[in-house]
Amino acid sequence: MRRGAVLLVMALGGCSALYGPQSSAMGQGMESAHIGNLFDLFLWVTVPIYLGVMVFLALAMRRRQARVQGAARPEQEAGWRLGLVLFAVTSALILFGLSVATWFTDRTIARAGAGPALSVEVIGHQWWWEVRYHDPVAGRELRTANELVIPAGATVKVSLSSPDVIHSLWIPNLAGKQDLIPGRTSDVVLKVPKPGEFRAQCAEFCGLQHAQMALPVSVRAPGDFAKWYNAGLATPPVPGGGPEFAGYSLFTGRQCASCHNIAGTPASGQVAPDLTHFGSRTTIASGVLPNTAASLDRWIADPQRVKPGTQMPQVPLSPEERAAVVAYLESLK
Amino acid sequence: MPSTAPSPQPNFALDLEPLETHAFGNRSLTWWGIVAFFLIEGTAFALAIAAYFFLMSWDHAWPPPPLNPPDLLAGTLFTIVILLSEIPNTLIKWAAEKYELPRVRGLLVLMSLIGLVLLVVRAFEFNSLNVFWYQNAYGSAIWMLLVLHTTHIVTDWVDTLVLTALMFTPHGTEGRRFVDCSENAVYWRFVWLCWLPIYALIYWLPRLVN
Amino acid sequence: MSERTYLRDGPDLTGAALHDKLARTWGDRPGFWGWAASVDHKSIGRRYLVTAFVFLALGGALALAMRLQLSGPQKALIGPDRYNQIFTMHGTTMMFLFAVPVMDAVAIYLLPLMLGTRNLAFPRLNAFSWWMYVAGGSMLWIAFVLNAGPDAGWFSYVPLAGPEFSPGKRVDFWAQMVTFTEVAALAVAVSITATILKARAPGMTLARMPVFAWSMLVVSLMVIFSMPSIALTSAMLMADRMVGTQFFNPYEYGDALLWQHLFWFFGHPEVYIIFLPATGFVSEIVQVFTGRQVFGHTAVVLSLVATGLLAFGLWVHHMFATGLPRMGYAFYTAASMAVAVPSGIQIFCWIATIWTGRPRYRLPMLWVVGFIVTFVAGGLTGVMLASVPLDLQVHDTYFVVAHFHYVLIGGAVFPLLGAVVYWFPKFTGRMMDERWGKLAFWIALPAFHLTFFPMHYLGIMGMPRRVYTYPAGMGWDTLNLISSIGAFLFAGGVLVFVGNALWSLKRGEAAPADPWAAHGLEWTTSSPPAPYNFAHIPVVTSATPLWDPERPVTRGLRVEDREVLLTTVFEARPDLREPSPMPTLWPMIAALATTVLFVCSIFTPWAIVIGSVPVGVALIAWFWPKDRGPEGEPVVD
Repeated sequence: MRRGAVLLVMALGGCSALYGPQSSAMGQGMESAHIGNLFDLFLWVTVPIYLGVMVFLALAMRRRQARVQGAARPEQEAGWRLGLVLFAVTSALILFGLSVATWFTDRTIARAGAGPALSVEVIGHQWWWEVRYHDPVAGRELRTANELVIPAGATVKVSLSSPDVIHSLWIPNLAGKQDLIPGRTSDVVLKVPKPGEFRAQCAEFCGLQHAQMALPVSVRAPGDFAKWYNAGLATPPVPGGGPEFAGYSLFTGRQCASCHNIAGTPASGQVAPDLTHFGSRTTIASGVLPNTAASLDRWIADPQRVKPGTQMPQVPLSPEERAAVVAYLESLK
Repeated sequence: MPSTAPSPQPNFALDLEPLETHAFGNRSLTWWGIVAFFLIEGTAFALAIAAYFFLMSWDHAWPPPPLNPPDLLAGTLFTIVILLSEIPNTLIKWAAEKYELPRVRGLLVLMSLIGLVLLVVRAFEFNSLNVFWYQNAYGSAIWMLLVLHTTHIVTDWVDTLVLTALMFTPHGTEGRRFVDCSENAVYWRFVWLCWLPIYALIYWLPRLVN
Repeated sequence: MSERTYLRDGPDLTGAALHDKLARTWGDRPGFWGWAASVDHKSIGRRYLVTAFVFLALGGALALAMRLQLSGPQKALIGPDRYNQIFTMHGTTMMFLFAVPVMDAVAIYLLPLMLGTRNLAFPRLNAFSWWMYVAGGSMLWIAFVLNAGPDAGWFSYVPLAGPEFSPGKRVDFWAQMVTFTEVAALAVAVSITATILKARAPGMTLARMPVFAWSMLVVSLMVIFSMPSIALTSAMLMADRMVGTQFFNPYEYGDALLWQHLFWFFGHPEVYIIFLPATGFVSEIVQVFTGRQVFGHTAVVLSLVATGLLAFGLWVHHMFATGLPRMGYAFYTAASMAVAVPSGIQIFCWIATIWTGRPRYRLPMLWVVGFIVTFVAGGLTGVMLASVPLDLQVHDTYFVVAHFHYVLIGGAVFPLLGAVVYWFPKFTGRMMDERWGKLAFWIALPAFHLTFFPMHYLGIMGMPRRVYTYPAGMGWDTLNLISSIGAFLFAGGVLVFVGNALWSLKRGEAAPADPWAAHGLEWTTSSPPAPYNFAHIPVVTSATPLWDPERPVTRGLRVEDREVLLTTVFEARPDLREPSPMPTLWPMIAALATTVLFVCSIFTPWAIVIGSVPVGVALIAWFWPKDRGPEGEPVVD
């Protein structure tokens, strides 16, 4: 993907997004790198074929100047017939070669993804992502939402399912996409050599807010990942006082608790994103807004304005109450 | 505007007057229409059967517990009657192709009655499936197969009734109407041929598979 | 059989006198009821064409709305609910209400003329099909205008389109529209197949049959084998939604993927159903404008057949991301690549025809060149999509949107526009203006590429499909803006084309029977043809009848009753004189009754039972023979 695509793009004026956090041209994961190489091969085969056909057409059109009356004579037809056979055989061989390259890439990807792996489960909902980390210690599970954090260098097997409609997890920089289909489980294997911040997006139309169902993917050095993971397993303390405590009381007293879960509090709703460590996430509402106090206030004040159709209702709160809730949620690191 | 013939008097090379105006089998235009219909409906049946197998292929009992397979009596009775109906059906075809009007009339009345009997038995079949269409995908699948086939029985029965009535009118002496009778018989063969795999899938496969 | 003597065409009855009698026998009465009762394939073909282009305009307007909304990030022109309806309606309109019907339209009009007969087989079925098509399309668009348009995509995946996640009637309107259009398309396919196999002029062996007729034969058989799939599965969807079946509910032993298999088993052949008639157009145009029969005629015909067959083995390539076994996927990669070979063979043959012929670059040829330049690119991105790993990156992104617009617009619409220019004089008796036509071409072709080429990049750069907006700062803004500008320019080019057609209808230069020095039978008829097409059914002795010195004809068909000639399937020897139906309102009435049944059954399943009575009555009246006429020759005393 890299060299071929870059050359083409430069020829047409360049686009910086090829180097962005949501681009399949980057090949920063094991799978996307192999796919990138395959795409390069396809480009190097198909572009010359296209140019060749155009040249053939141009020559055919130019030849009308040196025209003889009537159609081609039979002995000329024999030459063209041979040309047709050669053309058909050559195209079949080329396509066969591309098929073989395809199968080879498939096998390489499958082989590279084998072996012991960190096991993560991603469950798609309308229109957010639930993420669960399976811990080797029985009974322990790290649950989060709308973020996927994985260690660099390790093999991560992400299993995929959905309880509602079909979604698709697509992290273009790292791997191809896989659908999340109700009633089935599938998986995608991630193996990312270097740390980085990426953006994934739902890639199967799933209703009103399909366009705003993104997933920040953070690949961290093993030490950083371990720190994040252990912090994630810990239960945040109930705030002692101040606006955080006021926010805590509001959160657990109002309808927030009936949908959301925050470990260590009475809020144990299961139908909305887990908010236990919300403060350390980078975005709100699955990639729609950056996680800042101002954005969070905006979100809570009127979710429908930010993400029309979202399941989150508008909870009646005064501006001060909202500020308290914001303070509480942002304190959940 | 007249067509632009190259010369004042066209070159008449073939005389079509001696040709007939009706014929049996694949010389008849409506035969091709009926065969096209077979292909369409046959494809629909084949895909419904494929859907049945697709749903069955998951790792669970078929029918899913605690359901029992459909009772055999009504379905088997239906199968026997419809297979036997091929006898008068073939007789109609032969009689039509020989223009034997009284015979055709009598046999068509018989086929109309047989159709009615089959529909009554079919009603009993629906009642003895031991599952409703809304209970699960197994129920939906076998109801779908039975409903699709019933639609064909109904439409062919109505066709037969109309044809029977027609053969008792003065139109009954026309050559093309005998072609219609012959083709109606061919359609009936399609109807019971399609039934055989569906009978097997509804009544026997659930018994053999577990 | 009969004792009566009938007036027949021949040496005693030819020329102007014959024309008068034939015109009276085969003509329609004037006025609305005459038009409504017509079973003349030319009248029905024209209706199909006009209706299809109306839907093209409506679908195109939706596209412009989408491009406006997407021309910049986070625009608030169209909200998600309306946008989801719009993109669903765009795809549904283009695929079901434009692309297939427009190809049917040209076939319905042209095939009897090309094959040397007076009407299609089953003319009343043909008439019925148009009423069904109009009814279904109207129902869908009325629903859309009333904010009840489907919003789950033209492919309507479950469980999203199922009862739980798409409550209300929106998806039901989509599913039932499918029933309407599928009935119409199947009816036309049956009619065309029977016509091509049984109603060709004497001497027109299958080898001498025009390539366009071959393409329509292949396509009609494809319709017969593929449309039942979507008819069945949309009925299953309606059943899930309305009477509680569980076909697609994984919690009750159903399977969401069952929908995808049944949909795409239809959906993939569908795109070749749209593309293959266009290749027929290209063959016809290239032959005439190079002055020779297409190079590799046998190879071209075999390629049509091979494409038609292969098309049924590819559907899983739409499902590469669903997690099916990889071993199975490998087969579909190979098959999806293999289907490019017959298309490539056709391209080679056309270019070889140009090379070895005497090309004249009139307007239809320009569109053919535009087709080659565009379709080959689309075909090559298709080869990329056939590869599973590549597809896993670009599936459901704007890369795919680029691909299929390249093959559908480049591969089907450009040849269609060339065909419209080419056959316009035959249909209307006037020529389209060449200069305005060239202007339309030179706007539309570059504008098309401006619109859709950037989408390849957008897909690679991470932009998914079916999104009503995208965030700022992704780097997608400029390319989207360019694409949107291109879309409006492309619309401008199409408008110039349509304006030219409308203007030329009234003011175009009058056209003779054969303005292009062509070779097919349709060019022996007047422009436009008389209601009876041919005064005497022609006899054919080669594949290029008009380039032969001799033009023999038959004699002996009845003149005061409608009679067509049936010939044998392979050798086209004269076989039977077949009566052809007179005008009748029963097809329209039957379509009306069926429409009521279909529409009401969206609201209650009882409509199926109750509504089938009027439908049955109308059908019986339709098929009940008329009073003893010439075809009612008694064979029994």
